[in-house]
Amino acid sequence: MYDLIFLILFPCIIALLLLLINNDRVRQAIVALGALVISAGSIYLLVSSLTKGALYYAFPFEPTSQVMFALEVGIALLLLYLGVRFKQPVAVLLVLIQSAIMIFYELTWGLAVEPVMNLFIDPFSIIMALIIGIIGSLIAVFATGYMKTYHDHHPEVRDRRRLFFFVTFIFLAGMFGLVFSNNIPWVFFFWEITTLASFILIGYSETEEATNNAFLALKLNMLGGIAFAGAIAYLAYIDPTGGLLQLDALLASGQGVAIIPAVLISFAGLTKSAQMPFSGWLVGAMVAPTPVSALLHSSTMVKAGVYVIIRFAPILAGSLAGVSIALVGAVTFLLASGIAISQSNAKKVLAYSTIANLGLIVACAGVGTPQLIWAAIFLIIFHAVAKSLLFLCVGTVEHRIGSRDIEDMDGLIVRMPKLAAMMFIGMAGMFLAPFGMLVSKWAAIEAFIVAPFGLIFVMILVYGSAMTVFFWSKWMGKIIQVTPFGENVEGTVSTGKWVVLWCITGMTVLAALLFPLISSFLVEPYIFEVFGETTRLAQDNVIIMVLMIALLLILPLSYLSYRKRTGKQSRKIPAYMGGMTTTPDMKFTGSLGMEREMTTRNYYFEDIFGEAKLLRIGNPVCILLIMVALAILVGVTA
Amino acid sequence: MISVITAVIYLILAPLVGGLIAGIDRKLTARMQGRVGPPLLQPFYDVAKLCEKEDVTVTESQNFYILAYIVFMAVTGALFFAGGDLLLVIFAFTLAHVFIVLGAYAAYSPYSYIGAERELIILMAYEPMIILTAVGMYLVTGSFYVSDIAVSEMPVIMYLPGVFVGFLTILTIKLRKSPFDISTSHHGHQELVKGLTTEFSGSTLAKIEVAHWYETVVLLGIVYLFFGFNPLLALVVIAITYVLEIFVDNTFSRMKWQWTMKEGWGVALTFGFINLVILYYFPLGV
Repeated sequence: MYDLIFLILFPCIIALLLLLINNDRVRQAIVALGALVISAGSIYLLVSSLTKGALYYAFPFEPTSQVMFALEVGIALLLLYLGVRFKQPVAVLLVLIQSAIMIFYELTWGLAVEPVMNLFIDPFSIIMALIIGIIGSLIAVFATGYMKTYHDHHPEVRDRRRLFFFVTFIFLAGMFGLVFSNNIPWVFFFWEITTLASFILIGYSETEEATNNAFLALKLNMLGGIAFAGAIAYLAYIDPTGGLLQLDALLASGQGVAIIPAVLISFAGLTKSAQMPFSGWLVGAMVAPTPVSALLHSSTMVKAGVYVIIRFAPILAGSLAGVSIALVGAVTFLLASGIAISQSNAKKVLAYSTIANLGLIVACAGVGTPQLIWAAIFLIIFHAVAKSLLFLCVGTVEHRIGSRDIEDMDGLIVRMPKLAAMMFIGMAGMFLAPFGMLVSKWAAIEAFIVAPFGLIFVMILVYGSAMTVFFWSKWMGKIIQVTPFGENVEGTVSTGKWVVLWCITGMTVLAALLFPLISSFLVEPYIFEVFGETTRLAQDNVIIMVLMIALLLILPLSYLSYRKRTGKQSRKIPAYMGGMTTTPDMKFTGSLGMEREMTTRNYYFEDIFGEAKLLRIGNPVCILLIMVALAILVGVTA
Repeated sequence: MISVITAVIYLILAPLVGGLIAGIDRKLTARMQGRVGPPLLQPFYDVAKLCEKEDVTVTESQNFYILAYIVFMAVTGALFFAGGDLLLVIFAFTLAHVFIVLGAYAAYSPYSYIGAERELIILMAYEPMIILTAVGMYLVTGSFYVSDIAVSEMPVIMYLPGVFVGFLTILTIKLRKSPFDISTSHHGHQELVKGLTTEFSGSTLAKIEVAHWYETVVLLGIVYLFFGFNPLLALVVIAITYVLEIFVDNTFSRMKWQWTMKEGWGVALTFGFINLVILYYFPLGV
C-alpha cells in the first residue's frame, strides 16, 4: 500500500519544492531527481505487484476525505474567482452547479458513508502507472530545457516556471491518485485535480487566446465533472451505506445497478478524452508550450478519460447505451482522421490524430468484448509512447526552424537528421505494421467482426485507417525529402533533451518488440480477471511481426555495408525538371526572366476534409448519440 | 498452419510468373492497338538491361527505400502463399507501398513528388475495399488464414459477389491500369513523365519492376481465394480477370484523382458493405 501512497505524495513534495525554487539549475536537478525516483517507483510497483493480481487496501477514509473536501472547496473558490475576473459567466455557472451537487452529496450522505477499500492496484493500474510515471516524468525533464528556450524565444511571456513545474508534478500526482483509487469520490477528486492542472497549464502564456482556450477546456471538462458528481450522488442515494462507492463493488453489482453511473461517468470520460462534440478543447490546448501538449496527449488528462471508460466497459458491454457511446468514439475516429488530412499545422495534425485514436479506444471500450478491451489497452500504451515522442520532436523542431507548419519541414532529414529519424519512428509507430498502433487496429478489426453491431464499426475502422495512412505518409514524405540545400542545425539541442528523446524513441521500438510480454504479463491477466476469459494474438502472427521489426532494423545496416563494399557512391544527378536549366538549389528562370524556386506542396483537400466542414457533421451526430445514450438511461430508471 | 515451402516456392517462381504475365499483358495490349508488340519475354530483357546500367540517383537514400519496398513486397507475398493471416498480408502490403512512396518523396523532384502524393491517394482509395475483402472471406469461411480460405469447401464467390466486384475495381486501381494510372503513367502521358518512378533508374528501377511482378501474383492470388473450392475454375477466372484488366486499360482514358477516390471508396461502401450486411445478418451457419 505504501508504494501507492508514495507515488501519489512524492510528486506533491517535488511540486512544493519546485514552487519555492527559482534557480534554474537547482530546478533542473530536482526535476531530474524527481523523475528518476518516480520512474523507479513505478517500475518497482510493476515488479512487486506483477503477479499478485488485484490488491485492495483499506486506507483510512477519514480524515483523507475531509482534506480532499477542503481542497475541493478551495479549488472551486479559486475557479470562481478566476471565472469572475476573466468574465467567464458560463464557467462560473458550471463550477457553481458542480459544487452544489458535491456539497449536497457531502451534507446528505457524505458524513455517513464509509467505504473501506479505498486504494487498489491491478494490472491495468500498473500499466497506467508506468505510462504516467515514466513518460510523464520524462516529459517533465524535457520541459526544464524546453521552458528555458521557450522564455528566450518569448520574452513577452511572464516567467512563471515555478508555477509551471509545480502544476506539472501535481498533475502527475493527480493521475497516480486517479488510477489507484478504488473510492469513486476520490477518483472524482483526482479527476478535478487533472482538470484544474490542465486549465492552468493551457493558460500559461496569459495571452488572450491562451486564456480563452484554457477556459474552454475548463468548461467542457466541467460538463463532464457535473455528470461525474451526479453519478456519485446517485450511488450514495441508492446505497446510503456507501458500499457502491467502491469501484470494485460497483463493477461487480452488474449492469442493472451500475449502468446509470457507468454512462454518466463515461460521459465525463468523453469530455475529458476530447471526443466530438467536446474535441475543441484539446485542439485549443496546443497554444500551451509543447511539453504541456505532450503531457496532455500522452500520459495524462485524455488518458484519464479513456481509463474510466475502459474500467466501466464490462458494465457498458451489451447495452444500447454502450453502443451509443462506442459510436460517438467511432464517428470521432473517422472524422478526426479526415480533419487531420486537411491540416498543415503539425501540432494540429497531432491533436486530431490523438482525438481519432481516443475515439477508437472509446469505440472498443463501449462495445466492450474481451478482445476489444485488449485492443483498447494496447492503443493506450502505444499511443502514449509514440505521441509523446512526436510532440517533443515537433516542439524541438519548432524552436530550431521557427515554424510548426508541415510545409516548412522540407528536408528535415538534412537539417536535423537525428530528430527527423526520431519523428519517422514515432510516425511509423502510429500507423505502420509491424509497429504498435497497427497491432491494436488489427486486433480491433478481428474483434469487431464478432461483436454486436460490429460491421458498422469495421466499416468506420477501414475508412479511418485509410485516411490515417494518408496523412501520416505525406508528412513522413515531407521530412525525408533530401533537399539539395539546408544545413545541419541540430547542434543547439541540449543533452538533456537528447536523453529524453532517445529514451522515448527506444521505448517506441521496444514497445513494439515486447508487446507479447506486455500482453501476457499485464493485459491478459487484467482481461481474465474482469471477463473470466482471455485473449491474445495468434502465436505465429506474433512471431511474424517480430521478424518484420527485425527486418526493418536490419535494412538500414544493409545500406551502410553496400556503400562500404562498392567503395563508391552512385553518380548524382539533379532531379528532372522537364529539361529546364536549374541551379543546384533548385532555382530556375521562369517566364519574363524571373528567377523562381522549385517548391513542393502536399495535398490537403480542404474542400473535402476541411475542419469546419467535418465538425459540422461530427458534432451534431455525436450530440445525438450522447442524447440517445442518456435517453436510454431515462428509460432504465422509468 | 504456416508453410515455409510454399513461401519459398513463391519467392522463386513469382518473378517468373509475374514477368510472364507482364509479357502477355504487353503482347495483348499491342494486339488491341493493332501493333505486333514485343516478344513475350521482353519484360525479362528489360529488367536484365536495367541491371546493367550505371547507378544514377538524385539522392542515395531513394535506393534504400526501394530495397525496403521490394523486400516487403516479397514478404507480403511469402506470407500470403505460406497461408498466413490475410489481414497481416494486407498490412505488410501497405507497408511495402509506403516505402515506394517514401522513395519517390526522398528525391525532392517535382515529378516524383506529385507521383508520390497521387500514389498515396491510390493507397487511400483501395485500402477500405481490400480489408473488407478479407472481412468478407472471414465471414464466409470463419478464418482469416489464407491456408484455411484457400482450401475451404465453401463457394466463396457465391456469398461474396458484391465484394468480388469491389475487389476487381480496386484491382484495376492497384495494377495502376487506366483509368486509375494517376500516379505513374504506362502510356507516357506528358504531364507526369513517369510520376512516382521519374527519378529511378538502373537496377533500382529494375527492383521496382520485379516488385510489381511479385505484387501482381499476390493480387491474383486473392482472386483465387474467391474460387478456392474449384482450383481449375479459379485459374480460368484469373485469366479472364487479367484479360479484362487489359481491356479496361486500353479502352479508358485516365481520369482525375477525385474519380479514383470516389470509385475506390464508393465500391467499398456500396458493393462491399451491402454484401457484408447481408452476410452479417443472415449468417451461414459456418
